[in-house]
Amino acid sequence: MIPLYIAQFGIILAVFGLLLIAAAIMVYSERKVAALIQQRYGPYLVGPKGMLQPIADVIKLIFKETLCPKGADRILFMLAPLISATAAFTAFAVVPFGAETDLFGLIDHKISLQVADVNVAVLVLFAVTSVSIYGIVLAGWSSNSKYSLFGALRSASQMISYELSYGLSLASVLVVANSLSLTDVVNAQSGNWLGFIPRWFVFLQPVGFVIFMIAGVAETNRSPFDFPEAEQELVAGYHTEYSSTPFMMFFLAEYINMVTAAAVATDLFLGGWHGPWLPASLGWIWFVVKIGAILFFYIWMRWTLPRLRYDQLMTFGWKVLLPLAALNLIVTAAGVIYFGY
Amino acid sequence: MGTDLLLFSLFGGVAVAASLLVVLGRNPMHSVLLLIVSFAALAALYITLDSPFAAVIQIIIYAGAIMVLFLFVVMLLNAHKEDEDVPAGAPTMKKPLYMGAVLAVVLAAELVWALSVAGNEPDGMLTRGASPDSAALGSVRGLGQLLFTDYAFAFEVTSILIIVAMVGAVVLAKREL
Repeated sequence: MIPLYIAQFGIILAVFGLLLIAAAIMVYSERKVAALIQQRYGPYLVGPKGMLQPIADVIKLIFKETLCPKGADRILFMLAPLISATAAFTAFAVVPFGAETDLFGLIDHKISLQVADVNVAVLVLFAVTSVSIYGIVLAGWSSNSKYSLFGALRSASQMISYELSYGLSLASVLVVANSLSLTDVVNAQSGNWLGFIPRWFVFLQPVGFVIFMIAGVAETNRSPFDFPEAEQELVAGYHTEYSSTPFMMFFLAEYINMVTAAAVATDLFLGGWHGPWLPASLGWIWFVVKIGAILFFYIWMRWTLPRLRYDQLMTFGWKVLLPLAALNLIVTAAGVIYFGY
Repeated sequence: MGTDLLLFSLFGGVAVAASLLVVLGRNPMHSVLLLIVSFAALAALYITLDSPFAAVIQIIIYAGAIMVLFLFVVMLLNAHKEDEDVPAGAPTMKKPLYMGAVLAVVLAAELVWALSVAGNEPDGMLTRGASPDSAALGSVRGLGQLLFTDYAFAFEVTSILIIVAMVGAVVLAKREL
């Protein structure tokens, strides 16, 4: 028997390692899917079918020189990527990714597959997201470069604007599930309606799901909302001046944020680890499949849709998405009171 | 009890040190960030008091929303170092200093009084936390129920106040609408 704290420590290490691997897989699949869409080969030289390309990239980045521009605030310049990466990893801590398990009889008590089962998990997620803005803003400001500053300002205003719709669409799910804990939300989605429709909240909250996905793309600064790093106008946005390992940390944070957004969407709307055919102890396979589907959708969107104009982004966020999300929340709350769900 | 005290002194120490550096520091940008550190330490103290909701709200509201605005103001004003333009012989701010000292003494006296006298009263502000109410206050459900039943009036008045402030800010900022 393994003591409980060792099992939990193991889960923490596993989550950390898996997030790194997930980021590497994301980089590879992004390049491969992009190549597919643009009728190119993509990476194919390093390893079988170019699968070791992300590792080669990492090694290359580590061995580059770390540059710090003249006139930059050195402390903040080095602190910013740390904040970004730390926030990205921390956010995943409250995301459950599998049913309660005793790890095939290795431990006495059942533990849930998640780093921290907090009863205000959703709010913790928000808190961490709001802190991650600092990484980007500080990177932009401390670089002492106008491109970086513009990128950071855009990013901050975009994230603040879309966080509201993000939160409201999420709140309507919480109203339906009647809990703030992500584990409870997932467990409320087990079973089927009429025997064959899974009780996923995406069917109860279709509008909420669409809003959540759109706002999620904006929150992770992905195309078609990738203004913080609009290449044609801003070189690379907030990380223009970064090189080597600090740059890699921003890159890592961006991909981990995408994985987290997809994982949260899976937990909230797609029934988490619930699915047919597999036993509950293997539910995490469903979880991975669902995350993969959402991430593929993100990549697909990036290489299909052109970037919006900045005023369109703001108008859409404040005048379309936010009222719609508020309306959705009100209707949901009224429905819950009326039908007593 | 030992870990409680240890955590309290750790996070309390961080909060006090960060707050001191906020006031004493010369670089406004660093001051803003240290203030965030101080808020985070406060949030950690809330967690040790079994109130994760208050802790998370502390981070979301103060660190996530209010301090971002502070950061923007400092960034856009480009106030790198506040004492750059002040010549050596300029008049110092003596009067506010005296005023602040007096207020600090009053606050300290008040705190001592509150902790020594009011803390011993059976239904005082500090001992009330030991009643069964405190368990409800820690949870989101209990807090929401209290807010919308016992404190509904105060809650609604506060929200009206915030709307008035917001409308006022819009009117002041945009003269011709």
